[in-house]
Amino acid sequence: MSRNYIKELLKPFRESKVVDGLMRWFEPVGSGDTVGVRARTNEAPTTRSGVAQYSTGVRRVTLIPGHGIGPEITVAVQKIFEAAKVPIEWDEVDVTAVRGPDGKFGIPQKAIDSVNANKIGLKGPLMTPVGKGYRSLNLALRKEFDLYANVRPCKSLEGIKTLYDNVDVVTIRENTEGEYSGIEHEIVDGVVQSIKLITEEASKRVAEFAFQFARDNKRKKVTAVHKANIMRMSDGLFLRCCRELATKYPDIRFEERYLDTVCLNMVQDPSKFDVLVMPNLYGDIMSDMCSGLVGGLGLTPSGNIGKNGALFESVHGTAPDIAGKDMANPTALLLSAIMMLRHLQLNEHADRVQNACYTVLREGKSLTGDLGGTGKCSEYTNAIISKLN
Amino acid sequence: MSLISRNIFRALVQGSQHVGKGVHTSAVNTKENVCFASQSIGTLRSPNKNQFMQPNASKEGRIKCTLIPGDGVGPELVYSVQEVFKAAGIPVDFESFFFSEVNPTLSAPLEDVVNSITRNKICIKGILATPDFSHTGELQTLNMKLRNALDLYANVVHVKSLPNVKCRHHDVDCIIIREQTEGEYSALEHESVPGVVECLKIITAAKSERIAKFAFDYAVKMGRKKVTAVHKANIMKLGDGLFLRSCEEMAKLYPRIQFEKMIVDNCTMQMVSNPNQFDVMVTPNLYGNIVDNLASGLVGGAGVVAGASYSAECAVFEQGARHIFSGAVGKNIANPTAMLLCSANLLSHVNLPTYSRMIKNAINTVLKDGKVRTKDLGGQSTTKDFTYAVIHCLS
Repeated sequence: MSRNYIKELLKPFRESKVVDGLMRWFEPVGSGDTVGVRARTNEAPTTRSGVAQYSTGVRRVTLIPGHGIGPEITVAVQKIFEAAKVPIEWDEVDVTAVRGPDGKFGIPQKAIDSVNANKIGLKGPLMTPVGKGYRSLNLALRKEFDLYANVRPCKSLEGIKTLYDNVDVVTIRENTEGEYSGIEHEIVDGVVQSIKLITEEASKRVAEFAFQFARDNKRKKVTAVHKANIMRMSDGLFLRCCRELATKYPDIRFEERYLDTVCLNMVQDPSKFDVLVMPNLYGDIMSDMCSGLVGGLGLTPSGNIGKNGALFESVHGTAPDIAGKDMANPTALLLSAIMMLRHLQLNEHADRVQNACYTVLREGKSLTGDLGGTGKCSEYTNAIISKLN
Repeated sequence: MSLISRNIFRALVQGSQHVGKGVHTSAVNTKENVCFASQSIGTLRSPNKNQFMQPNASKEGRIKCTLIPGDGVGPELVYSVQEVFKAAGIPVDFESFFFSEVNPTLSAPLEDVVNSITRNKICIKGILATPDFSHTGELQTLNMKLRNALDLYANVVHVKSLPNVKCRHHDVDCIIIREQTEGEYSALEHESVPGVVECLKIITAAKSERIAKFAFDYAVKMGRKKVTAVHKANIMKLGDGLFLRSCEEMAKLYPRIQFEKMIVDNCTMQMVSNPNQFDVMVTPNLYGNIVDNLASGLVGGAGVVAGASYSAECAVFEQGARHIFSGAVGKNIANPTAMLLCSANLLSHVNLPTYSRMIKNAINTVLKDGKVRTKDLGGQSTTKDFTYAVIHCLS
């Protein structure tokens, strides 16, 4: 209800080109002037794609509920956001694979149009049918929106008991090439060659993103994770790109570590690391390992940043065995949605929802089954809503 | 076909065991017939009789072992092993080679080292540093060259919680078997156009089958229950798919061993949250490297985990997690436990189980007492202190 109210209220404001023009007209004045500093902090940097032009506007966000437990946990997130009066309007689309004109299965055009228009999306878990002819929907979305960087902050949560404390690591993974280039062939019978592709362009892009991310989020250090002692050219190229970008960010500390060293040190003392940037496969492995440190994929948010937009998602599975039973844990998707709010510069809302979520986790009363509690998904959601104020 | 190859393999394994035994018995009493027995089996394996006329035992019954101190703290750790061997009076003579990639001018030529290891069949090796670049523009590292020259295809790391080493996880006990002659470590890379680099990962059916066979045989020999194949076949459908298929095929021949497959990212996540579920793991090259190091981190770090690389002919004993620990060079703070465990494994490999047990018991006693601890285990003792403590506990 409140959603519609806000929507109605802000619709003319949001759509009027006059306001937009005015804002643009004012902007250079504000940024050049020291008096305008306060006004500028409310302003989103226009360089970032998919960011609101002004912080009060209602943003349309493409919502992909996904399969299995997806619909339940998206509803939970929607409820919480509605209660928190977050100025977001959901544009729900279905991405169940349809057969395209070329005969291949892919995401429906409607979904693509929606994300292209909104530039920002939130996605529940998707199931990729096993078998030939299907392209992974995740991969298709990634390709479609050119999501080149995957960001996963792994932070120890109070109330979630794991063997590791004080984990606060962000893994940034190159998402478009590397080992996952998908170029493979069987040269002769029994000999397979897979190609790992590293390009300067993609490496620089992700390195730049990592350093910018570190600066924006007041992080101290960026660690490039590589295996350049073994793959001297490919990982060497990636490393060179990181080194080059490091010189442009003198305020951020930069270090290089071998993948195996990081693995070894991470399980011994995770506090040694801050922001990690790495090629595709290593990123895949490290990000999952880091979520293992803080309690599993059910608690780790994930965001995919691209040129054409950003897609935030929960990376856990579809859990078809508990789907529809009101037992799923919406935390990962909620935290991803909070990441999305921060990306939209809706920091106040993000803080509020995040605090409520953390409080509920810390109190540990209505936790869902996977966290050792007995609560239902709806109870957990209501608990968070009750903590919003 | 697989039956034949299996039998041949078994014959070879038995043959090598007999050789080992022959060596040992000849070490205890130098009767002619014992030596002769080992020779006859030796000839079965190779037409070159001369090579087996002198197994790696000299006339006095002492065993020769190639020694590569390696880079970083390697020399300090190897010295610790030598001290212990000297104190225990173990009949092993070391044939030492300085072998290094970062110091090419002083390094012994690869052929000499390879010849020595082929002759001695055993080697104890510190970690070789692998720089990110090569002065000659070569893509292969010295480690790779050595492995390829000797065909050291199987790397075995037994990760086991040690007594009184404080860690987050307890009772970890898994064996990680890694293929280490192909995969990502093939050193086939090229820059197609400036800024675009291609790196080839090679997986072959023959080598995948070989490592799968090794893993299952090892599991049987050690009385293990389960083998887990670690892969990423959902993305690399052909390459890792081939590896996985080879493991599946092999699993059918070992009905008593449970077979399981796991995607590598899930595997690392499981490893940090519940490592006790793993028993024997078989992995391609790079994943093995990751899992080795991860598991070593769980039980106390690179300083306490021993490993070994095997070919059909010889065995190279080295640390499980390969780190040169360059920050500790000359500071006398590195933990020699891993290297001493390696040497103990080496002794049991050449059929000197009494000495092997002696060293292992001594290490366990020192760790249990907990008075002498190196820095990585939270103590202040030096490498030397630890070594002397172990020597003191030899009985």
